[in-house]
Amino acid sequence: MTSRLSAITLNTFREAVRDRVLYNLVVFVLLLVASAPLFGEISIGMERLIVVNVGLTAISIFGVIISIFIGIGLVSKEIEKRTLYTILARPVRRWEFIAGKYFGLMLTLVVNTALMTLGLFIALFMFAREQSGSNSGLLVAIYFTVLELAMVTAITLLFSSFSTPIFSAIFTFALFVIGTFAADLRNFAALAHGAAKWLVTGVAYLVPNFAALNVIGQVAHDQHIAGRLILFNTFYAVTYACATTLAAILIFERRNLK
Amino acid sequence: MNRTAKRTALISVLLVALMAGSVLSLRKVEAERGHEATLEEVLYLPSGKMLKRLSLGYSSLLADMYWTRAVQYFGSRHIEKATHYELLYPLLDITTDLDPHIIVVYEYGSVFLSQAPPNGAGQPDRAAALVEKGIRENPEYWRLYFTLGFIHYMDRKDYKAAQQAFEKGSEVPGALPWMKVMAARMAERGRDVNTAIALWTALRDTTHDKDIKQNAIGHLDSIRADLDIMELDRRVNMYHDRTGTYPAKWEDLIRAGLLQGIPTDPHGEPYKLLLNGVVNVENSKQFPYLNEWRYQ
Repeated sequence: MTSRLSAITLNTFREAVRDRVLYNLVVFVLLLVASAPLFGEISIGMERLIVVNVGLTAISIFGVIISIFIGIGLVSKEIEKRTLYTILARPVRRWEFIAGKYFGLMLTLVVNTALMTLGLFIALFMFAREQSGSNSGLLVAIYFTVLELAMVTAITLLFSSFSTPIFSAIFTFALFVIGTFAADLRNFAALAHGAAKWLVTGVAYLVPNFAALNVIGQVAHDQHIAGRLILFNTFYAVTYACATTLAAILIFERRNLK
Repeated sequence: MNRTAKRTALISVLLVALMAGSVLSLRKVEAERGHEATLEEVLYLPSGKMLKRLSLGYSSLLADMYWTRAVQYFGSRHIEKATHYELLYPLLDITTDLDPHIIVVYEYGSVFLSQAPPNGAGQPDRAAALVEKGIRENPEYWRLYFTLGFIHYMDRKDYKAAQQAFEKGSEVPGALPWMKVMAARMAERGRDVNTAIALWTALRDTTHDKDIKQNAIGHLDSIRADLDIMELDRRVNMYHDRTGTYPAKWEDLIRAGLLQGIPTDPHGEPYKLLLNGVVNVENSKQFPYLNEWRYQ
């Protein structure tokens, strides 16, 4: 089982790299290199803040875009090329296929994030070495971004297990936007009464809460991130991603592929 | 049950358990980050104008969200009986930058800002600034002049500014005739309890919002109770001057010919008479603004 899973995982990673996914790194570096001196010209003592804000935001946005646009094709591409039938004809279970695809895309995203993190630290060293700040806070923010990507990837896989690529992209992106405003959804729930309150609260817990994982603001201002928050966010993202992937497996196992 | 059904049932149970785990974890995360943290984050982008550009044309929706945040912030601080509301004005300012025509924010927001703690933020100058911004953006809306005059009169005690606000508002097409009457009263009398009653009555009778109406009724009841208590104090003192002792019960005043019957408050409850001659309402929760107009 482990060898089958790792084979699918590595194949998915190789395919993503062959698709020139990592080209986004060039754009990322250009963005960082251009933004720090540019903003440094028009403000004082902001270089570190700008590099941190631009860097962390770009890591998150690039990751989400890659996750959605690679994720939507993971299942449908295999069906379109008819390679899925070859895979499933071998002793590979459907859940192994879905789980392998998930881990493969996550591996791609982790490698991509690691390289961008390296770029961010180089940019900080080059443009803002005189301005002090906590690097551990930066790493926590990046870790939270990886957790966010774990959730987005699971959601993409869920939609792509039963829908077309274009609709999967739309659904995932819509859920991502809703998830970034999850705190407001909770506020709306607090204002509602009776059945509407329960309904909105239920929806607020069902949709992913990406706001809970966003600490870019605090990190940019060097605020401390509590260890308990790291622990609870890890539990949250892992349980949510596992539940969503299980739902994808449940749907894919019942799907008629003929 | 066949093997596939068993597997499906097992996965479903696991899925539900994981979802429950995610909800529990999220509740812990929310408890850890707290409501204040979310609002602090909001203000990391303190410029509404910048937010408007970043909103890609969806600024009205963003304004609705900021208004919700302002209400949440005020509500939670109000429940805590807080005396400081540092984030209230910035949140209202951002909301009205994002959508300058969101009248409800000027009307409600100025009430939140102007009233003295614990009922509000006790920032009448900022409340007036918010309404003035509303007038600049919505000059055809005469009720904002009424709100501005109201704040100048009640909270800023600037009767000249109040008179000017009512006068300007009365010139807006569609303004109700009593706006002119209000302007005249301000010019004549300044701070006066009958003017205050007239203002709160006008607000109670013209607002379509039940919360604002309820607030006006609360003020009117409190003013009436203050006036009653001042009159009862006067009669209790008259009794004391005549007999050298304070009355033990209302019947003593009735027997002395100083009262016609047991006095009742605007809610129909008899007033309390304490042994040292102090008069008070039975249920002070029904009169949130008591003492504001007593002996002025």
